[in-house]
Amino acid sequence: MKPHRRKKLGIILFIAAGMSVAVGFTAFALKQNINMFYTPTQVAEGEVGQGQHFRIGGMVKTGTVEGAQDSLKVAFVTTDFVSDVPIQYEGILPDLFREGQGIVAEGEMDAAGVFQASRVLAKHDENFMSPEVKAALDASGASAENHNSMATNQ
Amino acid sequence: MIPEVGQFSLILALCLSVILASLPIIGAQKNNYLWMSLARPLAAGVFVFLGVSIAILAYAFVTDDFSVQFVALHSNSLLPDRYKLTAVWGGHEGSFLLWTFMLSGWMLAVAIFSKSMPLEFVARVLGVLGFLITGYILFMLATSNPFDRIVPLPPADGADLNSALQDFGFIIHPPTLYMGYVGFSVVFAFAMAALLSGKMDAAWARWCRPWANTAWGILTLGIALGSWWAYYELGWGGWWAWDPVENPPLITWLFGTALIHSLAATEKRGVFKSWTVLLSILAFAGSLLGTFITRSGLLTSVHAFAADPDRGFFILAILGVTVGGSLLLFALRAPLMKSEFGFDLVSREILLLANNVILVVAAASVFLGTLFPMVYQALTSNLISIGPPYFNAIFVPLMGLLSVLLAIGPYCRWKRTSPSFLVQQLGKVALAAIALGVVLPLIVTLQISIAATLAVALGAWIILAMLKDVRSKTANKATRVQGLKSLSYSYYGMQLAHLGLAVMLIGVSLTSTFSTERSVLLSPGQSVDLGSYGFQFEGTTSVNGPNYVGEEASFTVTQNGEQITTLHPQRRIYLATGTPSTEMAIDAGFLRDLFITLGEQKEGQSWSMTIYVKPFVRWIWLGAIFMTLGSILAAADKRYRRLRRRQTDSVKSAAGEKTVGGELLPSG
Repeated sequence: MKPHRRKKLGIILFIAAGMSVAVGFTAFALKQNINMFYTPTQVAEGEVGQGQHFRIGGMVKTGTVEGAQDSLKVAFVTTDFVSDVPIQYEGILPDLFREGQGIVAEGEMDAAGVFQASRVLAKHDENFMSPEVKAALDASGASAENHNSMATNQ
Repeated sequence: MIPEVGQFSLILALCLSVILASLPIIGAQKNNYLWMSLARPLAAGVFVFLGVSIAILAYAFVTDDFSVQFVALHSNSLLPDRYKLTAVWGGHEGSFLLWTFMLSGWMLAVAIFSKSMPLEFVARVLGVLGFLITGYILFMLATSNPFDRIVPLPPADGADLNSALQDFGFIIHPPTLYMGYVGFSVVFAFAMAALLSGKMDAAWARWCRPWANTAWGILTLGIALGSWWAYYELGWGGWWAWDPVENPPLITWLFGTALIHSLAATEKRGVFKSWTVLLSILAFAGSLLGTFITRSGLLTSVHAFAADPDRGFFILAILGVTVGGSLLLFALRAPLMKSEFGFDLVSREILLLANNVILVVAAASVFLGTLFPMVYQALTSNLISIGPPYFNAIFVPLMGLLSVLLAIGPYCRWKRTSPSFLVQQLGKVALAAIALGVVLPLIVTLQISIAATLAVALGAWIILAMLKDVRSKTANKATRVQGLKSLSYSYYGMQLAHLGLAVMLIGVSLTSTFSTERSVLLSPGQSVDLGSYGFQFEGTTSVNGPNYVGEEASFTVTQNGEQITTLHPQRRIYLATGTPSTEMAIDAGFLRDLFITLGEQKEGQSWSMTIYVKPFVRWIWLGAIFMTLGSILAAADKRYRRLRRRQTDSVKSAAGEKTVGGELLPSG
């Protein structure tokens, strides 16, 4: 093997080794940081493991938002029109959070069956529904088209 | 009637770009001078007609022509004029027209500033760009025509521009980002022209470099503007969220950064040729990926346009044809590109290679984290998301490693450098950097943090090494000023961009480590402390804007008991849509930002609010500005403009500049 070929091979092997290590680390980091998404029905059916950090998505059920007057605590119920899950959050809700809107919350279930959210997301554009929320509604048989009327009827 | 002229103009631009995509390229293959020389006028024509088209759309916005569907959906008669004008890119259709128009602007620039390049090459470059524009205009006409009318009954008023977009950031962020994004199409076209002709030499890299540097600099600025805008507008104090739509520009940026470094090696030493071409393709693919993700409605994001699967498929088709086609061409032609290969294990080439490996690994892992949820959903129909910890875990160590090598790079010579020379030059610098890393954060913040120590040490390492390099490079001249004048623009550009990275690194690390925030409920007269700052809530008054109403709160801010400023955050309701929106108040500073976002009114006069202290956050964007200025300096280097004279010189004298590489294919 010519010397410059050998050098070239060395470099290629070095890069390949570096890449493999990187891929290994990446796969590990990926596995550690996956947040599963569940619908209220899936949560109600007990698909979520104890202490698991996950996302939940659905509509904010009309008439359920209760903000404490002396603190930043807020409680509401999210629904896919089949099952409801109560959510508690402490902090300032996003601008577009309101009753009858789709939201996604991130957090954990507590022992009392209340979802303790560390983050609540609402869409910026109100004509657009989050694909996650849409999937949750589709799964429960409530189509995206009639969600508004259903939300106000309930 | 006028909007139809806009559409007609768009169709004319399509016709011209179809010719541009075919005749000049065929002419270049067949060596037909007439066909090749059509490229420049055609490029100018495409630019003019796209310009007319976008001007007419802007006119429709300014004159409140709500019979045009796109205007009706994204404007309102109450909207201030500056937002009416910029609402052109407030939705999918118009922003895509802007994207295409900007590409034609780049194309026109290539047509004008390519006098030193052979006509055959220019014809191919413009032809490839014409091909892209053809695809883009077809996409617009087929799935997203901005000039579609609402007939027979146009609405009396428009639905309004999304209130989150009614802001200065919206005026500058999208155009700058697009400008940088599509700039990489030019580099892509250069690479395709090289593959088509089979010729790729040092001259090719020299033509390419100013364009790559400029596109990179503008993209850097565009991303930074987006980050700055998100920071002051979205109201949670974040400047980067690893949002699936933020990531493609970053992926493009990482490939682009690798590309401008690999181009340096290709120009100076004739190495990494096929790798450089591959990076041009990847950077371009990154920009198309960004378009695909924002416009297909696949992901939830603040950037996502309304979902329409047809558009997604069309963009996927454009992506498949261009990227697939170019990779195929690359696979066919790359083996013919012979790179020089003469360098040792410690040399500038190796450091540039290491830079490239790190950046490409970073880009690949961001890519993986961005697309993994989509792939996972397609395979299992389970929805998942990948959190920021994944990206941080990968990205932070890689950038740290990159910074360590970055300071060494400029000290290395091409071909070979002795390790003992590096140790002798940089040993003391390393010790000083570590000392600064330990001491500085402690003095400034009175806290000890490993992250801050590492970041400051790395930043100091880059900056000190740079100062020492400038000093030793100017030492041999009669005076320091003469020495400084003798250094080239591209040298200054490189150092300035590297300084930018150091500044950004320090900013990112210190703001991530030392930021504090507090969400509280305050009544007028009450106050809250955060670190050495006190925030006293004075009360609220109502405000009326042109298209909104709201409440404005007043705060007195004190530091160690002394008043330093007052802050006035607002909470607005936009009239056309009833959308609430928070406008935070920021007291910006070189060493720290203070800011307040208003939540909602509770019982009596009390309000919920979040108060933030963010040290060194401005350094993030300052660093980006340095990078942009550096890239522009480098692109303005004299040797790119001297080129023509030098080329004719080298023809005249046999002892002309040594060209590296040369012909790859048998001519003909």
